[in-house]
Amino acid sequence: MFEHYLNLMVKAIFVENMALAFFLGMCSFLAVSKKVETAIGLGAAVVFVLAICVPLNQLILSSLLREGALAWIHPDLAAVDLSFLSFLVQIGTIAAVVQIVEMAVDRFAPKLYSALGVFLPLIAVNCAILGASLFMEQREYNLGEAAVYGIGSGIGWMMAIVALAALREKMRYSNVPEGLRGLGIAFILAGLMAIGFLAFSGIQL
Amino acid sequence: MDKQVKGVLFDPLFNNNPIALQVLGICSALAVTTKLETALVMSIALTVVTAFSNLAISLIRNYIPNSIRIIVQLTVIASLVIVTDQILKAFVFEVSKQLSVFVGLIITNCIVMGRAEAYAMANKPGISFLDGIGNGLGYSMVLMGIGFIRELFGSGKLFGVEILTTTNDGGWYYTNGLMLMPPSAFFLIGAMIWILRTVKPAQREKE
Repeated sequence: MFEHYLNLMVKAIFVENMALAFFLGMCSFLAVSKKVETAIGLGAAVVFVLAICVPLNQLILSSLLREGALAWIHPDLAAVDLSFLSFLVQIGTIAAVVQIVEMAVDRFAPKLYSALGVFLPLIAVNCAILGASLFMEQREYNLGEAAVYGIGSGIGWMMAIVALAALREKMRYSNVPEGLRGLGIAFILAGLMAIGFLAFSGIQL
Repeated sequence: MDKQVKGVLFDPLFNNNPIALQVLGICSALAVTTKLETALVMSIALTVVTAFSNLAISLIRNYIPNSIRIIVQLTVIASLVIVTDQILKAFVFEVSKQLSVFVGLIITNCIVMGRAEAYAMANKPGISFLDGIGNGLGYSMVLMGIGFIRELFGSGKLFGVEILTTTNDGGWYYTNGLMLMPPSAFFLIGAMIWILRTVKPAQREKE
C-alpha cells in the first residue's frame, strides 16, 4: 500500500512533472521565475493549494457529480449523471479554496501573506491546479491517491520553477543575443530542463 | 473595413501576439502541438470560446459588480468550455480523447481571461467579439506553425498524410524523435520569439 503511494508521489514529482512534461502553469512559470525568492513563495503557495484542492475536488466528484453518486441522498437520484458539470464545479472549488486560503494565511501567518503578495489570488487561474484536478478526474483516483497526487505534483512544479529562477539569475552574467533576451532564452532554458527530466521517464519504484 | 476593426482583428497576429509578446496561454500551446489535427481543433475551440466569452462579458459588463468580476468571468468561460467540450465529444470523439484535459484547461487559459478582463470589460459587444476572434487567430497561428514543424519533422506527416517518406516505410527520411517530445516545443517557441523580436526590435525586453 505504502509503495503504491510512494510510486505515485515519485511519478507526480519527476516523471510527470506538471511544468516540464505537461506544460501546465506555464504563464506564471515564465513570468514569476526572475528571482529565486519569489519563485519559492509562489511554489509553496501552489503546493499548499494543490494539496487542498485535488482531494477536495475528488470528494465532490465522487459524492455529488459522478453517475450514481447522488444515490446517498435518495435512491431515485441514482440515475443522475452530473459529470458534465465537473469543469464548472472544479474551477469554483479552486477559486473558493484560494480565497479561503488567502484569508486564513492573512489571519494566522501575516508574514507569509505579505511575502506571497499578489501571487496568492493569481493561483486560482494557474493551469497547474485545474490541470491536476482534471488529471485526477480522468484517472479516477481515490481520495488517498488524490491527496498524494496533489502534493506530489505541487512539489514537482515548485522544484521546476525554483530551478528555472536560479538559472535565470545566473543568466544575467552571460551575453545573450539581443532578440533572445528575457522570454526567448527562458523558453530555451526550460526546454533544456525538460530534456533533463526526460531521463526520469519510465522510472517505477 | 474601417481602421479600428482592422486593427482589432489583425494586430494580435504579429504586432501584439498573445503568445509571443504577452506570454499568455502557452500552457496548451505546447502540449497539443505534436499533431496538426489536434492543434487545429484546439485553435478553433479556443478562438470560439474567446470570441463568445468576450461577447457575453461585454454584454453584461455594466451589471457585474467589480469585486466579484473574476468569478463571474470564470463562470461564463467555464460554461462556454463545457459546451465546447460536449460538442467535441459528440462530433470528433477521437481528437477530443487525444486532447484529454486540455479542452478543460481552456478555462484557465490566460488569453481568454486576459481578453475578458482587459478588453471586454471596457468595450462594446461587437468590437469585443472581433477582439476575441483576433486574439484567437494570433494564438492559432502560433499553434499551427509549431504543429506544422513538429508533425512534419517528427513523423514526416501533415494532418496524418505522409509527406516525407520515412525510413520505416522504405523511404529516405529519418524521423526526428525529439520533435515529438516536450522539449522541442520550448525550443521552437523560443526560436520563434527570437525571430519575431529580431524583425521587430520594438518588442525586445528592456534590461
